Amino acid sequence: MAHDAAHLGKQQVYEQFENIDQQNESYLVGMWSFLVTEVMFFGVLLFSYVLYRWQYQDYFYTIHKLLDVNMGAVNTVILLSSSYSMVLAVHFAQIKKRSAQLSALLFTIGCAFGFLIIKYFEYSHKIHAGLVPGPKFVWPAVDNPELMANVPASVAQMFFSLYFAMTGLHGIHVIVGILILGTLSFLVWRKSSLVEDYMITEMIGLYWHFVDLVWIFLFPLFYLMPR
Amino acid sequence: MSNVVEKKNQKDSHMEEKNYITTDYTLKSWFITKDHKRIAMLYLVTVLIFFFVGSVAAGFVRFELTSPNGQFLESETYNRMFTAHGVVMIFFFLLVAIPAVLGNFLLPLMIGARDLAFPKLNLLSYYLFLGGALFGVTALVTGGVDTGWTFYTPLSSMYSNSQVVLTLTGAFIAGFSSISTAVNFIVTIHKMRAPGLTWFRLPLFVWAHYATSVIILLGTPVVAITLALVAVERLLHIGVFSPEYGGDPVLFQHMFWFYSHPAVYIMILPAMGVINEVIACFSRNRIFGYKFIAASSLAIAALGFLVWGHHMFVSSESYYQAAFFSLMSFLVAIPSAIKVFNWSATLYKGMIYVTTPMAYAIGFLGLFVIGGLTGLYCSCLATDEHLTGTYFIVAHFHYVMVGGTIMAFLAGIHFWWPKMTGRLYPESWGKIGMLIIFSGFHMTFMPQFIVGFLGMPRRYHYYYFAPEFQIYHVLSTAGAGVLAIGFMIPVVYLILSLKHGAKAPQNPWNAKGLEWEKVDAVPTTHNFHEIPVVNEPAYNYSIDDEPPIEAEKTRLGVVRESN
Ligand code: HEM
Ligand SMILES: [Cu+2]
Repeated sequence: MAHDAAHLGKQQVYEQFENIDQQNESYLVGMWSFLVTEVMFFGVLLFSYVLYRWQYQDYFYTIHKLLDVNMGAVNTVILLSSSYSMVLAVHFAQIKKRSAQLSALLFTIGCAFGFLIIKYFEYSHKIHAGLVPGPKFVWPAVDNPELMANVPASVAQMFFSLYFAMTGLHGIHVIVGILILGTLSFLVWRKSSLVEDYMITEMIGLYWHFVDLVWIFLFPLFYLMPR
Repeated sequence: MSNVVEKKNQKDSHMEEKNYITTDYTLKSWFITKDHKRIAMLYLVTVLIFFFVGSVAAGFVRFELTSPNGQFLESETYNRMFTAHGVVMIFFFLLVAIPAVLGNFLLPLMIGARDLAFPKLNLLSYYLFLGGALFGVTALVTGGVDTGWTFYTPLSSMYSNSQVVLTLTGAFIAGFSSISTAVNFIVTIHKMRAPGLTWFRLPLFVWAHYATSVIILLGTPVVAITLALVAVERLLHIGVFSPEYGGDPVLFQHMFWFYSHPAVYIMILPAMGVINEVIACFSRNRIFGYKFIAASSLAIAALGFLVWGHHMFVSSESYYQAAFFSLMSFLVAIPSAIKVFNWSATLYKGMIYVTTPMAYAIGFLGLFVIGGLTGLYCSCLATDEHLTGTYFIVAHFHYVMVGGTIMAFLAGIHFWWPKMTGRLYPESWGKIGMLIIFSGFHMTFMPQFIVGFLGMPRRYHYYYFAPEFQIYHVLSTAGAGVLAIGFMIPVVYLILSLKHGAKAPQNPWNAKGLEWEKVDAVPTTHNFHEIPVVNEPAYNYSIDDEPPIEAEKTRLGVVRESN
């Protein structure tokens, strides 16, 4: 056990494992299993979305014009860049270039914050316009009352329920991502032995790509509806 | 024989080494332990407390029903009682009882690993469970919930005036505990098997837990998010189920049962895993059709995801949907039946020793057959139109869940008690307890089949419209009393055995399997002195084996020539 660890640098092999390979493979299987549960999480919401969009296609098309495509597009670009910097972070971790890894991680975190700030503006606009479902829902929407007048308020509430539920859950994942990436950067900065091996960075990378991927689905589903 | 002596010597040289219990006695060492065996014990104590809480709620329900007009509870309170019973028993007892206690304890031992792959995650899962359970308990003491364990919308999302959100939060958190355990099991089984332990040499207990973990991975997130959506709908009005928001309440039922039907297999598959081990050991026979049993676990896991609609035959399902789900439900009974036939075939020509675990296992066979077959009455469209929503359903699922899961849980606890605690329990009391539980069980639930068939609806507080039902309810309540006494017996003698029981040898049942053959009488913290190498199939029993010491007294059938 000991000599295996020695020739791979300082990375610790925990006592339940026989050697470093077994440990790393276990990490990967664990991470992928976790991602399966994540897919099922979003899967439920996606299923509801498909169901109601199929039921109310025309209305949903009309309502989706209330969303700001530009903001959505900017956010897509931001997240895609963050995915790229995440890939770089994993790469630098593998070749042990710590400072480059740290900058890549910080850039990723920056993107995540940028995403949230734009989301904040979007959300606050919707909230001011009274588009949060519930007793205080304002309909037809103030932004475009003539067009929206054709749409029943109940359907509009459904649309925004789905919008808030899905982008909200995604937003929570982004926040969690910031926390994890922040911790990782801190460890890299302190040269902790925990991140001696690239495995942890790689797994966090998997998580971050998943979060991006969800947005790649959400963006066209909400912002780019076909007629 | 010489083998045994060798083991003894080997043990002596390790005499000073402490086992997982004696290694540290402080309370703190238990609460921050990362040892899968200690975590299993924490789970054991915790789930038993919840079993007690759930039983008390059941006691109230049964007592109310002894009269057609109720006894002393308000109808509102009655609703809260049966909900409390269902929620506690399902979310905080049955779903975790076998995987988190026996599975946690045994999986690494059975596959020759030093621990689960992620010990800290394992501890976290325990605290998540505890946290979820505390939410559940808080909901109970601050007024309870009245929606039934199924939380149907729009009652749960809009109209119910009770602690729905707290309870949902509890179930949600407990779900994450399940998920972490499942991830841990999957990784451990994939990556940490001892050298030579190929997939088809694994004990079937391990296969069962693998299938269970897959179900948890795919199903639990679905119910978690569904319950979260109900909570969000109640709190923030962001809802997808309420007609006011253009939603469809039946969608909830689909999503709920998409998990909750597979969830019944989360409860029964680990139980079946236990039964394999016990039956093989006490009939000194290889499990008949090993590969079929392993494959049927996976088949159950897969098919189990395609039958949820059988809970919704009367909830606006189209003919085609109903026919599909009915057919699939019949299909899912096939792998279950395969297992039962294979167990029976294993008994055949075996050398059967009726010890307490074996008695429970045989009890399991009988009860599970009744439960499973009545499942077919419920899957058949024409009969289910009549039976759905009656006590027949209640009886069906108690036969599979109490008669199946709890019997198997008890079988497993007795079987592995020597390994878990290093003590032997008293056999005669064990069998007395089993007989009382078995008879109490039938007394409680057999009348429910009849009264349900006659038309008694479930979840009703009053049945003054049909006072002739009273006799069945009284019988059932009396049976519940017997059952309660029955459950107390093992609790008492098992606890006493901790202090007064004889010290268990390393392998009291002369059983096969790494946990018996390669591990000390009570395992050490890291389980194995050195990682074993496996070179034989599972269940390498033969009827000529040395008889189990304890079991010798209890053998049925042919007299063995003395040796
Ligand atoms: C042999 C396989 C089985 C079949 C074909 C089957 C079939 C069914 C059907 C069709 C129903 C719905 C009846 C209705 O509500 O009208 C039902 C209910 C139920 N079954 Fe089974 N079942 C099987 C095994 C099991 C097992 C193994 C368990 C648990 C360990 C279980 C637990 C339940 C529960 C909890 C309900 C009632 C849920 C509720 O409405 O509260 N079943 N079963
Ligand atoms: Cu079902």
